[in-house]
Amino acid sequence: MAIEYLGLQGISGPLIVLEGLRGAAFDELCEINVEGKKRLGRIIEIYNDKAVIQVFEGTDGMALRNAHTKLSGHPMEIAVSEEMLGRTFNGVGQPIDGMGDIVSDVRLDVNGKPLNPVSREYPRNYIRTGISAIDGLTTLIRGQKLPIFSGNGLPQDMLAAQIVTQSSLGDNAEGERFAIVFGAMGVTHDVADFFKRTFAESGVSDHVAMFINLANEPVVERLITPKVALTLAEYLAFERGMHILVVLTDMTSFCEAMREVSSSKGEIPSRKGYPGYMYSELAAIYERAGIVAGRSGSVTQIPILTMPNDDITHPIPDLTGYITEGQIVLDRSLNGKNIYPPISVLPSLSRLMKDGIGEGFTREDHQDVANQLFSSYAHAEDARALASVIGEDELSDLDKAYLRFGDEFEKHFVGQSPSENRTVTETLDLGWKLLGLLPKAELDRVDTKILEKYYQPTDPAEFDVPEL
Amino acid sequence: MGNSDALEEILDSRKGGNRRAEGVIYGINGPVVTLLGDQGFEMNEMVYVGNSRLVGEVIGLTTEKTTIEVYEETSGMKPGEPVEGSGSPVSCILAPGILNNIFDGIERPLSAIRERDGAYISRGVSVDSLDREKKWDAHITVKPGDRVFGGSIIAEVPETRAIVHKVMVPPELSGEVVSVVADGAYTIEEPLVTVRLSDGTEKELTMCQRWPIRVPRPVAKRYAPTMPLVTGQRILDTLFPIAKGGTAAIPGGFGTGKTMNQHQIAKWSDADIIIYIGCGERGNEMTQVLEEFTKLIDPKSGNPLMDRTALIANTSNMPVAAREASLYSGLTLAEYYRDMGYHVAIMADSTSRWAEALRELSGRLEEMPAEEGYPAYLASRLAAFYERAGFVQNLNESEGSVSIIGAVSPQGGDFSEPVTQNTKRFVRCFWTLDKSLAYARHYPAIQWLTSYSDYVSDLAGWYTDNVSPKFLDDRNQIYYILTEEAKLMDIVKLIGSDVLPDDQKLTLLIAKVIRTGFLQQNAFHKEDTCVPLRKQFLMMETILYLDKKAKALVKLGMPVSVLEKFDIFDRIINIKYDVPNDKLELFSDYKKAIDEFYNQVLEKNG
Repeated sequence: MAIEYLGLQGISGPLIVLEGLRGAAFDELCEINVEGKKRLGRIIEIYNDKAVIQVFEGTDGMALRNAHTKLSGHPMEIAVSEEMLGRTFNGVGQPIDGMGDIVSDVRLDVNGKPLNPVSREYPRNYIRTGISAIDGLTTLIRGQKLPIFSGNGLPQDMLAAQIVTQSSLGDNAEGERFAIVFGAMGVTHDVADFFKRTFAESGVSDHVAMFINLANEPVVERLITPKVALTLAEYLAFERGMHILVVLTDMTSFCEAMREVSSSKGEIPSRKGYPGYMYSELAAIYERAGIVAGRSGSVTQIPILTMPNDDITHPIPDLTGYITEGQIVLDRSLNGKNIYPPISVLPSLSRLMKDGIGEGFTREDHQDVANQLFSSYAHAEDARALASVIGEDELSDLDKAYLRFGDEFEKHFVGQSPSENRTVTETLDLGWKLLGLLPKAELDRVDTKILEKYYQPTDPAEFDVPEL
Repeated sequence: MGNSDALEEILDSRKGGNRRAEGVIYGINGPVVTLLGDQGFEMNEMVYVGNSRLVGEVIGLTTEKTTIEVYEETSGMKPGEPVEGSGSPVSCILAPGILNNIFDGIERPLSAIRERDGAYISRGVSVDSLDREKKWDAHITVKPGDRVFGGSIIAEVPETRAIVHKVMVPPELSGEVVSVVADGAYTIEEPLVTVRLSDGTEKELTMCQRWPIRVPRPVAKRYAPTMPLVTGQRILDTLFPIAKGGTAAIPGGFGTGKTMNQHQIAKWSDADIIIYIGCGERGNEMTQVLEEFTKLIDPKSGNPLMDRTALIANTSNMPVAAREASLYSGLTLAEYYRDMGYHVAIMADSTSRWAEALRELSGRLEEMPAEEGYPAYLASRLAAFYERAGFVQNLNESEGSVSIIGAVSPQGGDFSEPVTQNTKRFVRCFWTLDKSLAYARHYPAIQWLTSYSDYVSDLAGWYTDNVSPKFLDDRNQIYYILTEEAKLMDIVKLIGSDVLPDDQKLTLLIAKVIRTGFLQQNAFHKEDTCVPLRKQFLMMETILYLDKKAKALVKLGMPVSVLEKFDIFDRIINIKYDVPNDKLELFSDYKKAIDEFYNQVLEKNG
């Protein structure tokens, strides 16, 4: 029986200080009993026999005298098994769906270990999401980490749900198993409910494991939620050979929690009060996506974050963008035009796309179409800026064609219904149809051979809305 | 830094005595471990921390406490566990086997770690930096009676198909050769040559030497940079060249292509050796480098690129203290090969992650922060880093160079932040990556108006002698047209291009040819990914000839709207794809085509 330490020497925010410990280790998990209720904590600093412990469930109701602390002798671990699919857990991995505990011999350290770069396999196979703006322009690759940068009030949850329900492994994926691990940090009841409902309605619930930390639940618990979720994902992917899609929302709450804990520890802040190690912390989460050479599974991550004040240079989206392999950016003005999903394609990017598309994966013209759409749409934006100064009538015919292209591109290529599931061929053909609005000579990003094969001028009238 | 004791003893034998300080852990805060009082450790000494013997370095000493940064995850470590000194500073082991290899930030080979521990990196891994079993073919180049000094080459070992490794006398030793072994296969620890030092003692030299990572290796003298590092990238070689032994920074927000540019330079530049440091970056990227470089063939030697490359991978999820050390490990490897007389180029991706590691450690040490939480010594550390580049005469009178190309990841893409600003003070090439170019998929997204190179005048002589006397002149003209275009675009943005006079419209047209036909370069196109200087020059000549002829037409009153209708502009833009790098004679056709275009315009509209 482990020694139980009675009382505390200090409480500050989510942190407690305990003295007189024997044999405590850095990063060790502790159990704190307060009036019969168990809470979990982690040693985050230790000096001789004195430790600073971060309490996941918060310190509400704790007093210096009523706490009984026990050391566990190991860092935070969870039991993992395939049975966890279809179940719902709280932020530290305890079941909250009333269906009993998880019984498993496999217990894993939630912190994980860095994957040796030599053991990684470079991701090359795409995941079809059925969304043109993603499949066509920012293709999601198995083993990639591709975040969605959103803002408050934008339909990021709807997009994430659509990705989760429509995702398939492409055409040649017979016999491969696909599952979803969903981690929610500091989301509202409504959002958590929305996801639960959507998963149930589309019949995917039985292969989704949900880890939910609600907005009114303890802040510190959030810091462990993505790690717990990823520990399960890694187990399912690399031990059980499944392809796992991990959706983490909202990373902004995770970072806010980090800032809160950091300031109660009295650390020196770096940018906007966030701790200097935020980059390392985020990397420790995002880098857990990938494929291990010689094993059949993969972990793909879609973290969602809301950009405070829609500012993409804010430290949270900024540091995320430096770690992840691209980003999908949602845009308020597109949303205002009633376009769903409001993906702003110019700042969106998938770094791994170039190696997972084209002949043998999607279609030979994929890269060229994508490049040309990007470049032409950038030109259309310039034409718009010019039109807002000198008026649309004064534009040259070419610029007017670009303007038209830009509008139709947003409406038909970016825009689609939340239940529409397009194939990659449909997406690419649509791209060519839109490019047909422009003169052939303007398509300078497409290889001449491919241009000859696919280019057909489009009559702008085809896009006219029929009168009712 | 392999923590094998046997190797250490051999390597340490030249350090007098075997003093090993010892102590016990008092406090642990992330990667920072403190010991009470002064336990006799030295500053920057390498230490083994805790029962699992994690590698660490002493970074602070006062009479009250000793501060150690640990290069591995400290989770599970307890106060009271032992700390043992190694008696020497954190060092790299230098011997054959470095090339065609991938190491972590403290020179532990990642493939050996995988063989021992599987797919994940565990803590306290004790593996040798370099293979101690492997036998290398050595050809001894000295004989008994020869005087040798620091840097003297005593043996040659073919390390890879492309590179001959030259075994040298360590910089601080000199003496007379007493005996040598016969040519043959030896391990890196077997003695090759015995030398009698000036104090009369005899010393056995092996292929292996050891050098502290934070100390620059000595050189005889430094030269002014006069040779370009040819990269095969048009915008770099012509507009903003870097010299061999020079320094360059590539700042850019995420998604602008820093890593892609570094990869391109690592692949195609004419350096003999590439040291690629992935410092706090993505794991998948390092895997990609490893995969690609093993497959790709170096155009110069005909061997796989990995044969001339060493990778240092300390990805963002690997321990932060080792990230700080990784840059210095890379520099030390680079300087070692420079001493053999090679031209070495270092790609450091990214120096911002290194600066952040400094900041993180500084925060844990509770130092007073300067700008944005970075420590006040950020600038001096950056200076010390970039100043280790240079074109030098080595101790053994060979010439070699270390060029440093560092990526900078400014927060929010804002170049006024401390790392970018301080880097700017110490580098002479500044290749700024631009978000809007990247958004329009104009790659490489190097913005020509804000980038600069200080080396242009230093390299003028080389370009004149080796490419053409007209090269710099052409470059300046191209640059001038681009600057003119920027000025005109300010007007166009306000009132549209229709109102410009025809000569200015022509400038815009030619600038577009330069931007799409010359500056844009397709890294995935077989011919376009690396372009020889001669072709770059001929492309400039052709574009400028077109400019000259078109200008003449405009002077004769031909409107640009008429000229635009000819396909000559598109043909010139496509030269990069249509003229293979080994068929440069095709350029004369383009000159003819331009003349034809000139005559046709005159005939039809004259």
